[in-house]
Amino acid sequence: MDIQTWTFIIVGATFALYIGIAVWSRAGNTKDFYVAGGSVHPLFNGMATAADWMSAGSFISMAGMIAFLGYDGSVYLMGWTGGYVLLALLLAPYLRKFGKFTVPDFVGDRYYSSGARMVAVFCAVFISFTYVAGQMRGTGIVFSRFLNVEIEIGVVIGMIIVFFYAVMGGMKGITYTQVAQYCVLIFAYLVPVIFISIMMTGNAIPQLGFGGTLEDGTYLLDRLDGLSEELGLAMYTSGNKPMIDVFFITAALMIGTAGLPHVIVRFFTVPRVRDARTSAGYALIFIVLLYSTAPALAAFAKVNLVDTIHNVEYSEVPDWFTNWEQTGLVAFNDLNNDGIINYSGDPAVNELHIDPDIIVLANPEIANLPNWVIGLVAAGGLAAALSTAAGLLLVISTSVAHDLFKRTLKPDLSDKNELWIARIAAGGAVIVAGYFGINPPGFVAQTIAFAFGLAAASFFPAIILGIFYKKMNKEGAVSGMVVGVLFTTAYIIFFTFIRPELNNADNWLFGISPEGIGTLGMLLNMAVALVVVRFTKSPPLHIQELVETIRVPGKRK
Amino acid sequence: MDEKYQQYWKRNLAILVSLLIGWFVFSYGLGILLAEPLNSIRFGGFKMGFWFAQQGSQYAFIIIIFIYVYMMNRLDREFDVREE
Repeated sequence: MDIQTWTFIIVGATFALYIGIAVWSRAGNTKDFYVAGGSVHPLFNGMATAADWMSAGSFISMAGMIAFLGYDGSVYLMGWTGGYVLLALLLAPYLRKFGKFTVPDFVGDRYYSSGARMVAVFCAVFISFTYVAGQMRGTGIVFSRFLNVEIEIGVVIGMIIVFFYAVMGGMKGITYTQVAQYCVLIFAYLVPVIFISIMMTGNAIPQLGFGGTLEDGTYLLDRLDGLSEELGLAMYTSGNKPMIDVFFITAALMIGTAGLPHVIVRFFTVPRVRDARTSAGYALIFIVLLYSTAPALAAFAKVNLVDTIHNVEYSEVPDWFTNWEQTGLVAFNDLNNDGIINYSGDPAVNELHIDPDIIVLANPEIANLPNWVIGLVAAGGLAAALSTAAGLLLVISTSVAHDLFKRTLKPDLSDKNELWIARIAAGGAVIVAGYFGINPPGFVAQTIAFAFGLAAASFFPAIILGIFYKKMNKEGAVSGMVVGVLFTTAYIIFFTFIRPELNNADNWLFGISPEGIGTLGMLLNMAVALVVVRFTKSPPLHIQELVETIRVPGKRK
Repeated sequence: MDEKYQQYWKRNLAILVSLLIGWFVFSYGLGILLAEPLNSIRFGGFKMGFWFAQQGSQYAFIIIIFIYVYMMNRLDREFDVREE
């Protein structure tokens, strides 16, 4: 069977599965809709968290970025896994004990202020929309590349699927489809890498093949360093970003991860405090399964890629090169008209453009794997994009229905009507997200850095101080959040939109790039909060008691 | 009774501090700050600093979370605050 048929069959089967699960797990009340009734098994919550967390970017782009960044790509690997340690130790158990539905719920209640709640709602909705647009776009791209439909049609198909289970099932529907989506995406990611690892290093475990030897007896990584030197690129295993920037970007991604509302809210869905702890551990195992494989894939694919097309006559390139040329992801520009592809770190003589996404998308073809593997990769990319999109849409819907309507505008809203508003808000959010997927704002890539920076500079300090500093009051927390968000936003906007020509290490504050500035925003947030709290009055007694309660599991005896 | 909860919280904080030190050492320490000197040590095809940055740190994170789960479960039982 050809690639198209396989792709249709595999993608069709997975979609049927997701819809089946959605019908089976309809939400009956708001507790089902917001937190899946609070009864999800920690193992399933771990899988759902992993699928929620790993986006189209993790699945499609990350290995490629690492292949081109080498050691510098480690910021993504450490940043996007290390955040779970913070989540497990500092946030998840206490927020589970708090036992409400959303992150703005916690901020609003802990700081006894609807102003604080509104700041949190704004941040949650903003972070989620910037992130979800990229997911819908990713869905469209996978559809267009593998099934030859227009990107727009792909986005609409994705919207319909997400609409189905997010609007009907809320968190309950999303959780169980995410469990299925995790299985699809991890299988789709690992199969091609295992094949390649065996072919190149003779080791079936990519994490070991990564440190293994090639056919000629040289170590894979030594070969990569050698190639980098030969081509005039930075050494693969040492990179060239300044250490302070690597440090700050890693920290911003870690703290941002722990502050992302769609990840935090997953820990409201398990029954007990100790389940929240265990569940974070399971989630990290499931995530590391992909994240420890990605750098191995990056190394295999880079060597493979350079070997197959560097210094090769253009008329003799393999079929996959010609296929992917049509998408613009690879391009050959014969600068010296000799008909030979020259790949180089020097832009003056480099004749090859490679988009990082090609590493995952074209990998099965580069390695000559069977057609069904290619269909599988398409289904995996879609699973990653749709599961993340659904989680984000739910945050938007709960922020509107619960935090805005129920808690702020209309406290006497009945549960049934609140559920209706939640469904309508989810539906509306799907449409807005689809619109941005079809007409992406030109800055999708930067907005991801933005989402993390903002999460790091707003939620994380407010929640941490709320739990670990009993005397933190609303004046401190709100002024901290406002300063953190304004500082981070201003820095990112200045360097990406206002004066992009100044965006280099010479002009950065302490040599920290916009990607890493969220860390400084977070420190600033904490500093401001801790100063302001000294000059304003302590929080009311019942709030201090609330803090005491969330610190200890179980009922007070 | 309040005394007991204060005690629980103190022990909880001590566990957090020691595990977060581990978290810092295995990522920022070995994977970033000391990566350069560690790269002169090799095992198999890996240079140590590079391995910690792209592999070791992730495994360390998992181990740290499960140590936390274990220690907190023990603490919950000791203070009789375990939920059933």
